[in-house]
Formats: sequence, structure tokens, C-alpha cells
Amino acid sequence: MIDFDSASVQLGHGSGGRLSHQLISELFIRVFSDGHPDPLDDAARLTTRANRLVFSTDSFVVDPVFFPGGNIGDLAINGTVNDLLTSGGTPLAISAAFILEEGFPFRDLKTIVETMKKAADVASVRIVTGDTKVVERGKADKIFITTTGVAEVDHDYAIDCSQIRPGDAIIVTGTVADHGMAILASREGLSLEATIASDTASLGRVVHRLLAAAGDSVHAMRDPTRGGVAAALNELAESSSVGIELIEAAIPIRPPVAGACEILGIDPLLVANEGKMLVAVAPDVTEAALAAIKADPLGSEAAVIGHAHASHPGRLTIRTPLGAGRILDMPLSDPLPRIC
Amino acid sequence: MCLAIPGKLIEIYQERGLTMGRLDYAGTINRACLEYVPEAKIGQYVLVHAGFGISVIDEDEAQKTLAIWDELVAQAAEEGTDIFGRPLNGAGGPAGDGESK
Amino acid sequence: MRYLDDFRDPEISRQLIEAIRQTVTRPWVIMEICGGQTHSIVRNGLDQILPSEIELVHGPGCPVCVTPLAYIDAAIDIATRPGVLFTSYGDMLRVPGSRGSLLTARSEGADIRMVYSPLEALELARENPDKAVVFFSVGFETTAPNGAMAAIQAEREQLDNFSLLVSHVLVPPAIKALLGAPSNRVQGYLLAGHVCAITGWSDYRRIADDFGIPMVVTGFEPVDLLRGILSCVSQLEKGEAHVTNEYARAVREQGNLIARTTVQQVFEVVDRHWRGIGMIANSGLRLRRPYHRFDALRQFDIDVTPVTESGVCISGEILQGLKKPFQCLAFGAQCTPQTPLGATMVSSEGACAAYYAYSQRLNDRKLS
Repeated sequence: MIDFDSASVQLGHGSGGRLSHQLISELFIRVFSDGHPDPLDDAARLTTRANRLVFSTDSFVVDPVFFPGGNIGDLAINGTVNDLLTSGGTPLAISAAFILEEGFPFRDLKTIVETMKKAADVASVRIVTGDTKVVERGKADKIFITTTGVAEVDHDYAIDCSQIRPGDAIIVTGTVADHGMAILASREGLSLEATIASDTASLGRVVHRLLAAAGDSVHAMRDPTRGGVAAALNELAESSSVGIELIEAAIPIRPPVAGACEILGIDPLLVANEGKMLVAVAPDVTEAALAAIKADPLGSEAAVIGHAHASHPGRLTIRTPLGAGRILDMPLSDPLPRIC
Repeated sequence: MCLAIPGKLIEIYQERGLTMGRLDYAGTINRACLEYVPEAKIGQYVLVHAGFGISVIDEDEAQKTLAIWDELVAQAAEEGTDIFGRPLNGAGGPAGDGESK
Repeated sequence: MRYLDDFRDPEISRQLIEAIRQTVTRPWVIMEICGGQTHSIVRNGLDQILPSEIELVHGPGCPVCVTPLAYIDAAIDIATRPGVLFTSYGDMLRVPGSRGSLLTARSEGADIRMVYSPLEALELARENPDKAVVFFSVGFETTAPNGAMAAIQAEREQLDNFSLLVSHVLVPPAIKALLGAPSNRVQGYLLAGHVCAITGWSDYRRIADDFGIPMVVTGFEPVDLLRGILSCVSQLEKGEAHVTNEYARAVREQGNLIARTTVQQVFEVVDRHWRGIGMIANSGLRLRRPYHRFDALRQFDIDVTPVTESGVCISGEILQGLKKPFQCLAFGAQCTPQTPLGATMVSSEGACAAYYAYSQRLNDRKLS
């Protein structure tokens, strides 16, 4: 039996031998299968009646592994679920591959795995297969997780990043910058007290409410993770060959997050979100779409933050409270705190 | 250069012989060294640059900066114009409540 | 947030812009010395909504831009030595020296950590007694007191594994150098509010008198900046040249006496090379003799002879408002934000970097 209170991961737990088997049966199968008749296998068999599938993968290397509002486990599930949802599909199954650093405490691993299971349950998706490798101390940072997911698409709407049309309203399903600032504030070396919580959440209910209300008037969805709203909307503007203009004053942000951004000199539009969706909808359904999103607790702070237009295709601009416009470029890389 | 943001001082404490403070920025708490602003009192706003308080915000001066405009605007409004003597078009009052929070 | 949102009020800003419009009768060139003000001007789009008579020239008040190549090279040299834990403000990590930046050095294995305050570097020194912890102390008069306090505290605690790589610079000598240049176009100055919060503004009286130029202590929010510009334009229109304070909630005439005294105790004034501008007499700070044991240059026996900058780069002229980025041969070719040759391409707020981001998008569209 693995001592989950005080033992830690050894190289042998990734060797494929008895220790590997012990880890898989005492932790992964026990937590992920949770009484389900199909056992966790090297290859999962899925059945679907949909004739369209979407498929997505993402790796998670967050530091710190535990942060206010979540840990790497729910982040890994919610991130891939939200990527799948951008097609408007229904997530079906997820695989999880773990790279563990030798010496990683089993107690932490168990917490992470249980958090993943909870997040999967909330998203109504099963974790059906996986893999574990252990590397020598120093060859990886504690734990890396790669999740890959499949969703079935049971509608005929064309929803993808190239479908935005001039006139479309751009909606964000809630406040921006919570996740990135939670991570930054919980790192050492910045004098902030970690009072900001990550927004990590899966958005299945929000997306399905939106589709029920707006149907094929939903033109594109994108979860603004790394690079924040600025990177996501630059990509959408580029892919759809439209200009997008944001209204700065309309962008929702929680006051403590705004405060942390001010202290560190960071633009909240460049900061990662892990429980938000950017949505482009046809102008005539804007109100209905917004109301549908707001009806869900995870969308209660949704707002229309801008619109697409025909001039300057590929360019993202922002209208400042003083009425001036400026280009909001694709960020070069992660924002760094600044003193000037 | 020199990003400095005012935070509300909520606690003063000593650490390794230095006077330190906890400051509230709309709910985010930041720690800063107060050695350069020994006059700072709980409840006052302190400008913090790179972890050091550099100046205590003078509330009267801040009020004055905003109030000059409020007064001008209010005076002009009584005469039915904006501060430049043009007739008011009635589209929303000027920022008379900017400092009341 | 209090004292931020109030001073971002769009209605008051609009009224101030109208007041400026009513005051200005002919073209004026005004320099905002401080990179933080440049950031705020660009971010809020003030440059677009001011009357066209007012030309704002972005000054060299950005430590990221003006820290000399030789010091960045020295920082990387120190950071890559065995047993060193190098700490820096986030701003400096991406700034390229002659061979890469601190970030690239980190990717090659150096232990380089970002800190928000030098007190955190001291904490790292306490926690890592077996490491030589070095803090890259850069910045203007506003930031120098922080480095000074770190040196004093290291002395108090006898933290022998702590040292400072000091490259502080001073604003008044730079303004004098810019104003004294035969090609100077700048007619009025917005003084850096947070520098003045430490130094006060009496030093600037002499400059305003000598050069017959108005100088206005100015804050960073739109209302503050517009008040600064209004005061400057009013003086210019009337032919006056005073130092006025439009940031009275934060700046007192004598500045912060404790901070000034502490800086004097720890640092002494030296000549300093500015990236993109060159040597400026009495424009830098270095540790005084009693603090030499905390001087990283001495601890690691490093000589910072000025490194030759690119010959084609015209960032000096751009910083003085004499030329525009498009007039540089290297612009967009040898010189890009990923491979900057000069100060104005180094910082994302630099004139060249801003022009590059804008023109890049236009070119992309033409090609597609």
C-alpha cells in the first residue's frame, strides 16, 4: 500500500513494474474509475452517434502547483474542456499523462488527482486513459500534466475562429486577468499577499445556454488563456480578417485584480484567464446571448466589450475612456512586473 | 519611469529593524517599507514605488485638484453653460462626484 | 481605486483638453521626461486628442532604455558565475546587452530571480548563505533610495553574501545635456512627478532660469498629465519660465528629506554613460567607500568600460525629438524589438518599438 501521508514518488513508480502497477491501481484507477464499469485501460473505447468530433490537447506546467482557487489538476481538466467547448461541442472523454519529478509527495499527487476527478465530474466528462512517467529529481519541476480530450458536435453551426463578421459583438463571459494575477501574486519575490483566486472553471453550462439562446448566430469562441484577451482577439481578428475594437471601460475586472495589476504595472488584457470565454455573436442576438450567459453563475459578470468591423482587418484596437484609439498588439511574451 | 501607486495603509509593523506597512489596493494587499515615510498613519494613502513608500498623499491637495474643476463646472452650470461659456446641451452632468467615494 | 480613478475621470479630462485648446495659439514642443508618463500618454491616447499645436517628445526617463550596455553585460557576467543568485526588477530581464539578456542567461542555467523590492533580495541572501546574492540596482532618483536602504540593511545585518550592481542615474544633468545641445527643439518640460517626490523641485529652478524654459512637476494619470500640459502651455504662451507643481498631492518642494539624506549617505555622484545618449557628467551614482564591500563590481572584479554601441542607430536623436524612427537605416531591418540596437527599441514604450509594432501590422496586411 502506498503511504499517501508521508511517502514520495520514486523512479520505480514510472518503471512499468510492480511500483507502477501499485500507483495506477491505488490512485489513478481508484479515483478516476470511481465505480464505472469500464476499467482504465491503455486505450479507451468510446462510442458516439455524432458524425463530427473535435479533438484537443494541452500541457500544464504551472508554478506553483497549488494556488489560490485551484491546483494544476483542475486547471488541466478545465483547460482542455474549455478548448473543446470553443467548437460548441459536448466533451466526451479525456486522457491524462503525468510526468512526475522523483520525490514529489504522494499526498500532493493524491490531492491533484482527486481535484481532477472533481473537475471532470463538474464538466460531465470521463478521464478514460492515461500514462505516468517519473523523471530524476531536477529533470522536471514537480509535476507536469498533459490532457487530451474528445468532444462530439451535435449541431451544424459553423463556429470557429474564421467566422467572425463585421458588426459582430464581442462578449467576455466574466472578469479578466484573475488566473494570471493569482499565479503571479502567489509567487515569491513579489510582496503581494495572495488574496486573488484563480478563475479556473469549465464552461460547458455557459456555452450550452449560449448556444440554446443564439444558435448559429454564435460565430466564434475562444478561451483567452496565455497572452490574455489581447492575444486571443488578435488571433481571432487575424483568422477572420476583421478588425476588432474593444471599449476599455466596458471590460469587467475585479477590483483586487485591478489593484494588483496597478502595483506591478501589468496590463490586465495580457494576463491569462482559465475560466472565461470570448464569444463573437451576430449583432441582432447580442442581448439574448448576453442574457443567456449571465443566467449562469459562471457568466454573471459577462459583458459586451467590443465589436468587429470591416476596416483594418487583422487589427485589434481599444477605445480609451477619453475616446482615443490605440492598437493593442499581440504580446511579445508573458508580462513582467515593472518599476517604470 | 517610476511606477508608484497609492495604497491605503492598514497596518504598521517592525521587521528586522525596519518600519514596514501593509497597504490595501482595492482588496489586494501589498507590503512596503515605510522608513522614508515615518509620518504615515493608518488610513492614509501612501505612494509606493518598488516596495518603498515615497510620499504620503496630501488629501487636501488632492481634493483641491479635483474641486477647482467641480467649482468651475458648478458655477458655470448655474448660468446654464459649461466652463467655456457654451450652452449646456443637457447630456449628462459633469464629474461633480469624482471625489465623494 | 482612490486617487487613481478620480484622476482618470474622462469628463474632467475633456474639460482640461478644452482649456488647453483655448490657451494654445501656436505650435509648442514639450518633453515628458519620464517613461512612466510616456506609457500613460500612449495608453490613454492623450497624444491623439491634444490640439495639434502641441508636440509631445518622449524623453529618456526610462532606466530600461538608458542603462548602459556595459552594465547589462556586467550583470550577465556576474549572473552566470557559479554560486551567484542574481536578482533584478522585472523591467531589466529582457533588456539585451551585447550578447543576450538576463532572460537568455537564465535559460542557459544562471540563477536569476525577479524581485519587486531589494528587501526581497536581502531575504534571499539570508535564506541562501552559501550563495552570493546580487541585486541589480537601477533606476532614477525615485529608486535610488531603495538600493541605499538595502546597502544600509546589509551592513546592519553583516550580510556579506549580498552585493549591489549599481547603475542609478540622475534626471537634472540629463535635462541640462538635452537643453544644452545646439539642436535642442524642446520648449517646455513635464518633470517626472515621482522623481520629484524624492528630490523636490528646487534644483530645477536654476535650470528653468538658465534656459528660460517652463518646467512643470507632473503626475501620471490623465488629469495630472493634462494639468501639467495646461500649465506648461499657459507659461509658454505668456512667455514665462517657472517651475510649477501640478502634482501637489504627492510632491513637496523639498521632496523626501529622509530618502535624500539616505541616498547621500550611501551613494556619491559620478559621470555616467547613458545608452543612446553618451557620457553625461555627474549624472550617475555609485556606492561610497564605507559600502564598497557591497559593491558587486568590486566583489567580482569587473571593469565596466563603455561598450561601443551601433554606429547606425540614431536613438539619441530620436530621444531628443530630432528624428523619427523611419529616418533610421537600421529600423525594421537590423533593428527590431527582438534584436534592438538602441535604447528606443529596447523598451516596449520606446518610440522605435511603438512605431515598429504599428508599421509591422500595416506591412502584414499589404503582404496578405
